[in-house]
Amino acid sequence: MIGRILLAAVAAGLIAGAFVSGAQMLKVVPLIYAAEAYEAPAATETQSHSHDAAPAETGHNHDAAAWAPEDGVERITYTTLTNIVLGAGFALLIAAGMTLRGRATDWRQGLIWGASGFLAFSLLPALGLPPELPGMAAADLTGRQVWWAMTVAASAGGLALIAFGSNWALRFLGAALLIIPHIVGAPHPNEFSAGGVPAELAAQFVATSLVTAGVFWLLLGALTGHFIGRGLQSE
Amino acid sequence: MEQTKNTQATLPLTFQQRIAATLAAALLGTFLVYGVGLANSDTMHNAAHDGRHAFAFPCH
Repeated sequence: MIGRILLAAVAAGLIAGAFVSGAQMLKVVPLIYAAEAYEAPAATETQSHSHDAAPAETGHNHDAAAWAPEDGVERITYTTLTNIVLGAGFALLIAAGMTLRGRATDWRQGLIWGASGFLAFSLLPALGLPPELPGMAAADLTGRQVWWAMTVAASAGGLALIAFGSNWALRFLGAALLIIPHIVGAPHPNEFSAGGVPAELAAQFVATSLVTAGVFWLLLGALTGHFIGRGLQSE
Repeated sequence: MEQTKNTQATLPLTFQQRIAATLAAALLGTFLVYGVGLANSDTMHNAAHDGRHAFAFPCH
Protein backbone atom coordinates (compact mmCIF):
# COMPACT_ATOMS: atom_id res chain seq x y z
CA MET A 1 0.00 0.00 0.00
CA ILE A 2 2.62 2.50 1.11
CA GLY A 3 4.92 0.98 -1.49
CA ARG A 4 2.43 1.73 -4.24
CA ILE A 5 2.12 5.34 -3.18
CA LEU A 6 5.90 5.69 -3.13
CA LEU A 7 6.20 4.11 -6.55
CA ALA A 8 3.48 6.35 -8.00
CA ALA A 9 5.15 9.46 -6.53
CA VAL A 10 8.62 8.53 -7.76
CA ALA A 11 7.28 7.77 -11.25
CA ALA A 12 5.34 11.05 -11.38
CA GLY A 13 8.35 12.98 -10.02
CA LEU A 14 10.68 11.38 -12.54
CA ILE A 15 8.52 12.23 -15.54
CA ALA A 16 7.49 15.73 -14.43
CA GLY A 17 11.01 16.50 -13.16
CA ALA A 18 12.60 15.42 -16.43
CA PHE A 19 10.05 17.43 -18.41
CA VAL A 20 10.49 20.60 -16.37
CA SER A 21 14.28 20.29 -16.61
CA GLY A 22 14.00 20.58 -20.37
CA ALA A 23 11.70 23.58 -20.07
CA GLN A 24 14.02 25.23 -17.53
CA MET A 25 17.09 24.71 -19.72
CA LEU A 26 15.31 26.53 -22.55
CA LYS A 27 13.65 29.38 -20.64
CA VAL A 28 14.77 29.75 -17.02
CA VAL A 29 18.40 28.68 -16.54
CA PRO A 30 19.79 31.05 -19.20
CA LEU A 31 18.36 33.94 -17.13
CA ILE A 32 20.10 32.59 -13.98
CA TYR A 33 23.42 32.39 -15.85
CA ALA A 34 22.94 35.90 -17.20
CA ALA A 35 22.20 37.22 -13.69
CA GLU A 36 25.33 35.58 -12.28
CA ALA A 37 27.44 37.79 -14.50
CA TYR A 38 26.12 40.73 -12.45
CA GLU A 39 26.30 38.91 -9.13
CA ALA A 40 30.01 38.23 -8.60
CA PRO A 41 32.29 39.07 -11.51
CA ALA A 42 35.36 38.14 -9.45
CA ALA A 43 34.09 34.70 -8.53
CA THR A 44 33.16 33.63 -12.05
CA GLU A 45 36.61 34.37 -13.46
CA THR A 46 38.49 31.81 -11.42
CA GLN A 47 36.90 29.16 -9.28
CA SER A 48 40.18 27.95 -7.77
CA HIS A 49 41.59 31.34 -6.85
CA SER A 50 39.06 32.39 -4.22
CA HIS A 51 39.17 35.54 -2.18
CA ASP A 52 36.40 36.88 0.01
CA ALA A 53 35.79 40.18 -1.75
CA ALA A 54 32.37 39.63 -3.30
CA PRO A 55 30.14 38.46 -0.43
CA ALA A 56 29.92 41.72 1.51
CA GLU A 57 28.66 43.68 -1.49
CA THR A 58 26.04 41.30 -2.82
CA GLY A 59 24.86 39.67 0.37
CA HIS A 60 25.67 36.37 -1.33
CA ASN A 61 27.58 34.92 1.59
CA HIS A 62 28.55 31.43 0.57
CA ASP A 63 31.96 30.03 1.27
CA ALA A 64 33.69 30.32 -2.10
CA ALA A 65 35.69 27.19 -1.33
CA ALA A 66 32.59 24.98 -0.91
CA TRP A 67 31.96 22.36 -3.56
CA ALA A 68 29.76 23.36 -6.46
CA PRO A 69 29.02 21.50 -9.69
CA GLU A 70 31.13 22.54 -12.68
CA ASP A 71 29.30 24.65 -15.24
CA GLY A 72 28.09 22.61 -18.18
CA VAL A 73 27.01 18.97 -18.10
CA GLU A 74 27.65 18.51 -14.36
CA ARG A 75 25.59 21.53 -13.36
CA ILE A 76 22.75 20.56 -15.71
CA THR A 77 22.82 17.02 -14.31
CA TYR A 78 22.50 18.27 -10.73
CA THR A 79 19.68 20.63 -11.68
CA THR A 80 17.85 17.74 -13.36
CA LEU A 81 18.37 15.55 -10.28
CA THR A 82 17.12 18.40 -8.11
CA ASN A 83 13.96 18.66 -10.19
CA ILE A 84 13.32 14.92 -10.06
CA VAL A 85 13.79 14.69 -6.27
CA LEU A 86 11.68 17.81 -5.82
CA GLY A 87 9.05 16.30 -8.14
CA ALA A 88 8.99 13.09 -6.08
CA GLY A 89 8.72 15.12 -2.86
CA PHE A 90 5.84 17.26 -4.16
CA ALA A 91 4.14 14.15 -5.63
CA LEU A 92 4.35 12.47 -2.20
CA LEU A 93 2.65 15.47 -0.63
CA ILE A 94 -0.09 15.32 -3.29
CA ALA A 95 -0.36 11.55 -2.71
CA ALA A 96 -0.65 12.14 1.05
CA GLY A 97 -3.55 14.51 0.42
CA MET A 98 -5.25 12.08 -1.95
CA THR A 99 -4.83 9.18 0.49
CA LEU A 100 -6.17 11.21 3.40
CA ARG A 101 -9.12 12.21 1.22
CA GLY A 102 -9.64 8.51 0.55
CA ARG A 103 -11.40 8.63 -2.81
CA ALA A 104 -10.40 7.00 -6.07
CA THR A 105 -8.56 9.47 -8.29
CA ASP A 106 -7.68 9.92 -11.93
CA TRP A 107 -5.66 12.41 -13.95
CA ARG A 108 -8.48 14.98 -13.98
CA GLN A 109 -8.70 14.96 -10.19
CA GLY A 110 -4.91 15.12 -10.20
CA LEU A 111 -4.97 18.31 -12.27
CA ILE A 112 -6.92 20.04 -9.49
CA TRP A 113 -4.49 18.76 -6.86
CA GLY A 114 -1.58 19.95 -9.02
CA ALA A 115 -3.15 23.38 -9.48
CA SER A 116 -3.64 23.63 -5.72
CA GLY A 117 -0.01 22.63 -5.17
CA PHE A 118 1.04 25.39 -7.55
CA LEU A 119 -1.08 27.90 -5.63
CA ALA A 120 0.25 26.81 -2.23
CA PHE A 121 3.92 26.32 -3.10
CA SER A 122 4.57 28.81 -5.91
CA LEU A 123 1.96 31.42 -6.69
CA LEU A 124 0.74 32.55 -3.26
CA PRO A 125 4.25 32.67 -1.68
CA ALA A 126 5.37 34.65 -4.77
CA LEU A 127 3.01 37.44 -3.71
CA GLY A 128 5.37 38.10 -0.78
CA LEU A 129 8.64 36.74 -2.12
CA PRO A 130 8.73 36.95 -5.93
CA PRO A 131 11.05 34.44 -7.64
CA GLU A 132 14.56 35.80 -7.23
CA LEU A 133 17.60 35.76 -9.46
CA PRO A 134 21.07 35.39 -7.93
CA GLY A 135 22.43 38.76 -6.87
CA MET A 136 19.12 40.50 -6.14
CA ALA A 137 18.65 42.45 -2.93
CA ALA A 138 16.91 40.34 -0.30
CA ALA A 139 16.30 40.23 3.44
CA ASP A 140 17.86 37.74 5.85
CA LEU A 141 17.59 34.18 4.46
CA THR A 142 16.25 32.46 7.58
CA GLY A 143 13.46 35.01 7.96
CA ARG A 144 12.40 34.51 4.35
CA GLN A 145 12.54 30.72 4.65
CA VAL A 146 10.38 30.81 7.77
CA TRP A 147 7.84 33.12 6.10
CA TRP A 148 7.86 30.90 2.99
CA ALA A 149 7.28 27.69 4.96
CA MET A 150 4.52 29.27 7.08
CA THR A 151 2.84 30.66 3.95
CA VAL A 152 2.98 27.29 2.17
CA ALA A 153 1.48 25.55 5.22
CA ALA A 154 -1.23 28.19 5.71
CA SER A 155 -2.10 28.23 1.98
CA ALA A 156 -2.29 24.42 1.72
CA GLY A 157 -4.41 24.25 4.87
CA GLY A 158 -6.59 27.11 3.67
CA LEU A 159 -7.22 25.53 0.27
CA ALA A 160 -8.03 22.19 1.93
CA LEU A 161 -10.56 23.88 4.26
CA ILE A 162 -12.20 25.66 1.31
CA ALA A 163 -12.35 22.48 -0.79
CA PHE A 164 -13.30 19.96 1.90
CA GLY A 165 -14.78 22.07 4.70
CA SER A 166 -18.24 20.85 5.65
CA ASN A 167 -19.68 24.26 6.46
CA TRP A 168 -19.21 27.94 5.63
CA ALA A 169 -17.40 28.76 8.87
CA LEU A 170 -14.61 26.34 7.90
CA ARG A 171 -14.49 27.73 4.37
CA PHE A 172 -14.18 31.30 5.65
CA LEU A 173 -11.45 30.15 8.02
CA GLY A 174 -9.70 28.65 4.96
CA ALA A 175 -9.96 31.95 3.10
CA ALA A 176 -8.53 33.76 6.14
CA LEU A 177 -5.59 31.35 6.19
CA LEU A 178 -4.86 32.24 2.55
CA ILE A 179 -4.84 35.97 3.32
CA ILE A 180 -3.14 36.21 6.73
CA PRO A 181 0.47 35.60 5.56
CA HIS A 182 0.14 38.56 3.19
CA ILE A 183 -1.21 40.84 5.90
CA VAL A 184 1.73 39.83 8.11
CA GLY A 185 3.98 40.39 5.10
CA ALA A 186 7.22 38.79 3.97
CA PRO A 187 10.59 40.10 5.18
CA HIS A 188 12.00 42.58 2.68
CA PRO A 189 15.27 44.47 2.45
CA ASN A 190 15.10 48.07 3.64
CA GLU A 191 17.04 49.37 0.71
CA PHE A 192 17.78 48.20 -2.81
CA SER A 193 21.32 47.99 -4.05
CA ALA A 194 22.02 49.99 -7.19
CA GLY A 195 23.70 48.35 -10.15
CA GLY A 196 22.44 44.83 -9.47
CA VAL A 197 20.54 42.57 -11.81
CA PRO A 198 18.76 44.54 -14.60
CA ALA A 199 15.01 44.93 -14.03
CA GLU A 200 14.18 43.47 -17.46
CA LEU A 201 16.02 40.26 -16.57
CA ALA A 202 14.32 40.03 -13.18
CA ALA A 203 10.85 40.62 -14.66
CA GLN A 204 11.40 37.99 -17.34
CA PHE A 205 12.60 35.55 -14.67
CA VAL A 206 9.50 36.03 -12.52
CA ALA A 207 7.20 35.33 -15.47
CA THR A 208 9.08 32.37 -16.93
CA SER A 209 9.81 30.63 -13.61
CA LEU A 210 6.16 30.89 -12.51
CA VAL A 211 4.79 29.67 -15.84
CA THR A 212 7.29 26.79 -15.89
CA ALA A 213 6.43 25.85 -12.30
CA GLY A 214 2.72 25.99 -13.14
CA VAL A 215 3.07 23.59 -16.08
CA PHE A 216 5.23 21.32 -13.91
CA TRP A 217 2.62 21.24 -11.11
CA LEU A 218 -0.26 20.48 -13.48
CA LEU A 219 1.71 17.64 -15.09
CA LEU A 220 2.83 16.32 -11.70
CA GLY A 221 -0.70 16.38 -10.30
CA ALA A 222 -2.20 14.67 -13.35
CA LEU A 223 0.47 11.95 -13.31
CA THR A 224 0.14 11.37 -9.56
CA GLY A 225 -3.65 11.14 -9.84
CA HIS A 226 -3.35 8.71 -12.74
CA PHE A 227 -0.78 6.44 -11.05
CA ILE A 228 -2.43 6.47 -7.61
CA GLY A 229 -5.90 5.86 -9.03
CA ARG A 230 -4.85 2.83 -11.04
CA GLY A 231 -2.61 1.44 -8.34
CA LEU A 232 -5.37 1.45 -5.76
CA GLN A 233 -8.10 0.14 -8.04
CA SER A 234 -6.12 -2.91 -9.10
CA GLU A 235 -5.73 -4.06 -5.51
CA MET B 1 -16.49 -5.26 -7.92
CA GLU B 2 -19.34 -2.90 -7.37
CA GLN B 3 -17.06 -0.50 -5.57
CA THR B 4 -14.80 0.02 -8.58
CA LYS B 5 -17.73 0.96 -10.79
CA ASN B 6 -18.75 3.75 -8.47
CA THR B 7 -16.79 6.93 -9.19
CA GLN B 8 -17.25 8.05 -5.60
CA ALA B 9 -15.98 4.74 -4.27
CA THR B 10 -13.84 4.97 -1.20
CA LEU B 11 -10.47 3.31 -1.44
CA PRO B 12 -10.30 -0.25 -0.11
CA LEU B 13 -8.38 0.73 3.02
CA THR B 14 -9.06 0.76 6.71
CA PHE B 15 -8.91 4.07 8.52
CA GLN B 16 -5.62 3.16 10.23
CA GLN B 17 -4.02 2.10 6.95
CA ARG B 18 -5.08 5.36 5.38
CA ILE B 19 -3.65 7.47 8.20
CA ALA B 20 -0.39 5.46 8.21
CA ALA B 21 0.03 5.83 4.44
CA THR B 22 -0.80 9.54 4.62
CA LEU B 23 1.75 10.17 7.37
CA ALA B 24 4.46 8.14 5.62
CA ALA B 25 3.95 9.98 2.32
CA ALA B 26 3.71 13.40 4.01
CA LEU B 27 6.85 12.88 6.11
CA LEU B 28 8.96 11.57 3.24
CA GLY B 29 7.66 14.29 0.92
CA THR B 30 8.44 17.02 3.45
CA PHE B 31 11.90 15.55 4.01
CA LEU B 32 12.67 15.58 0.26
CA VAL B 33 11.30 19.07 -0.34
CA TYR B 34 13.11 20.43 2.72
CA GLY B 35 16.41 18.81 1.70
CA VAL B 36 16.28 20.06 -1.87
CA GLY B 37 14.67 23.43 -1.27
CA LEU B 38 15.59 24.73 2.16
CA ALA B 39 18.46 22.77 3.77
CA ASN B 40 21.08 25.23 4.90
CA SER B 41 24.24 23.45 3.79
CA ASP B 42 26.61 24.89 1.20
CA THR B 43 26.94 21.59 -0.64
CA MET B 44 23.17 21.00 -0.77
CA HIS B 45 22.63 24.60 -1.79
CA ASN B 46 25.18 24.56 -4.57
CA ALA B 47 23.96 21.26 -6.01
CA ALA B 48 20.33 22.38 -6.00
CA HIS B 49 21.08 26.04 -6.78
CA ASP B 50 19.41 26.49 -10.17
CA GLY B 51 16.43 24.36 -9.18
CA ARG B 52 15.89 26.40 -6.02
CA HIS B 53 15.90 29.63 -7.99
CA ALA B 54 13.64 28.22 -10.71
CA PHE B 55 11.07 27.10 -8.11
CA ALA B 56 11.29 30.38 -6.19
CA PHE B 57 12.53 28.91 -2.92
CA PRO B 58 14.08 31.64 -0.78
CA CYS B 59 17.75 31.39 -1.74
CA HIS B 60 20.97 33.26 -0.84
